[in-house]
Amino acid sequence: MANEDPNDEPNNEAQNEDKKDAAQEPAPVAESCAMEVTEIKAETAAEPAPVEPAAKGEGPELVRAAYEHPLAIRITHWVNAISLFVMVTSGLRIFRAFPSFGPKIPQQDLLDVPKALTLGGWLGGALQWHFTFMWFFVASGLVYVAYQVVSGHYRTMLFMPRDIRGVWPMARHYFLFGPRPPASGQYNPLQKLAYTSTIGLGALSLLTGIVLYKPAQFSWLAFLFGGFHLTRGWHFFAMCGFLAFIPGHLIMVLLHGWSNFFSMLSGWKREPEYQE
Amino acid sequence: MITRLDDKDLKRQSRRQLLKLAPVAVLGVFAVPKVSGRLVAAGVRFSDWTSDALFRSQHLAQTFSNSEVAPFEKFPYNGYDVLDPEVDLEKWTLTVEGDVRHPGEYTLAQVQALPKISQNTRHICVEGWDVIGSFGGTRISDFLRLVEANTGANFLEVECADDYYESIDMASALHPQSLLCYEMYGQPLDRKHGAPLRLQMPTKLGYKQAKYLDTIRVTNVLKPDKTGYWEDQGYSWFGGL
Repeated sequence: MANEDPNDEPNNEAQNEDKKDAAQEPAPVAESCAMEVTEIKAETAAEPAPVEPAAKGEGPELVRAAYEHPLAIRITHWVNAISLFVMVTSGLRIFRAFPSFGPKIPQQDLLDVPKALTLGGWLGGALQWHFTFMWFFVASGLVYVAYQVVSGHYRTMLFMPRDIRGVWPMARHYFLFGPRPPASGQYNPLQKLAYTSTIGLGALSLLTGIVLYKPAQFSWLAFLFGGFHLTRGWHFFAMCGFLAFIPGHLIMVLLHGWSNFFSMLSGWKREPEYQE
Repeated sequence: MITRLDDKDLKRQSRRQLLKLAPVAVLGVFAVPKVSGRLVAAGVRFSDWTSDALFRSQHLAQTFSNSEVAPFEKFPYNGYDVLDPEVDLEKWTLTVEGDVRHPGEYTLAQVQALPKISQNTRHICVEGWDVIGSFGGTRISDFLRLVEANTGANFLEVECADDYYESIDMASALHPQSLLCYEMYGQPLDRKHGAPLRLQMPTKLGYKQAKYLDTIRVTNVLKPDKTGYWEDQGYSWFGGL
C-alpha cells in the first residue's frame, strides 16, 4: 500500500516535470491550510482561481476538485467503520447476558436489546467477535491518530477553541433552518466538533475496554475509572456516544449526496462547496 | 485546496485512488458465515496469547476490607447444570495425577493443614456482573509443593464431581492469590458454592473457578477439545483478568 506512486500523475507536458514532487500527496503542510495540493495544470494553477470552468472552446473543460482524504485516512475510516459496527453489535449481545449496571442480586434489568440488533448468536460467540475486532478497532484508531499528527492533516478536522463561536450558527442552520454560514475549509465547526468527539469516544472505549478485559493487570487504570464495576458503565457510555454520532453522520452523508460520499472512497471531491 | 483538472483526469485519479482501497475488502471474509467462526476463534486465541504475555505472575489483584464485601446472600450461586452434585463429603478425597512425585488421594484435612489464606477479592463473571466476596483456602502453589508437582509443566487440569472440567496455565495457578478454596465468609464452603473444595483465583473469570473439585492433574498437553466446559464451546481459554 504505497501511498502514492509517480504513475498517479496524469501525463502532462515536460515543463510540468518540476511540479511533480509537489503534486504528490501528502504535501508538506504549510501555513494554516493542511489540505493536499495537487496541481495538474500548471497554466491554470497560476491563474487567480476562477470559480467557473474555463470558457468553452479553449482547451478541455476544467472541473474544480479537491483531494480531501489521503489514503491512510480512507483506509482507517473504513476499517474503523466496520470494526465499530462489529464492536457495537457484539457488545450489545454481551450486554444482554447481564443488562444492568447494578448488583447481580437483586438484578434489575435496564433494557432488553432485541436479538436482531446483535451479533454473535450467544454470549460466547459475541465475545469472540468482540475480542477479534477490538484489534482492528484499536489498530485503525491508532494509525488514524498517528497519521493525523505526523502529517499535520489534523488541522482540517481538529476542533479548536477558535471554532467554538462557529458552532451555534452551524447548529442553527442544520436544526432550525437558520441561514447557512459561509463555508471555510473542508469541515465546518460542527463537523470538527463531531469528528473530534469521536476520537475522545474511541480513547474512552479503548481505556475502559482495557479495564474490563484486564482489571487485575491494569488495576491502576481501573482505579482511575472508579473500579471495575463503574468502568462497565463508562464503556457503555462511550458506545452511546458513538450511537449518537453515527445516525447524524449518516444523515449528513445522505444529504450531501454522492460526490461527498464518494470522496471517502476515492479521496477526490468534485466541485467542493468551499473556496481554496 | 481546490485544484482544477479536466474531467477525464479527475475520473482517472478517482479510479486509481479507489483501487488503492481494495485491501480493506479483505475484511469481507468475516461476512462469510462458514469462515467467520474459525476466524473469530483464531482472534480469541491471539487475544489469549497476548493476555498470557501480559500476565504478571506476582501482581496482586485488588483486595477489599470486610466492609466492602457483599453480604453472603448477595453472592450468586452459579452453575452450568445442577447446583448440588451431592458429593459425599465424608468419603471425599482429591485425586492428584500427572506430572507429580506423589500422586494419589488427598483428604480435605491434608489440604487444610497447609497455611490458610483469607482474602476479600472481586469475583467477575463473564456475563458482566461482579461481586466482592470473602474466601479462605490454601494456595494452589503450596499444595503443588506438597505433592511435589513439576511446576515447570504448562497446565493444571481439574475435573469436578458434576462433570465440569477446567484447565489453567501454570503461571496463574502459582499466583499467590490463587486458592484451593474451602471457606467462604469464614464458613465451610456450602454445597452450592462447590463443597468441599473449589478454585478461587481473582486473576481469572468466574467460569475458571471450578467447584466440587474431584481431580487435579499436572500436565504439559491439553486435549484440544477438552480444555474447559465453556472454553470448548467458544469462551476464551485464558479467561484472565
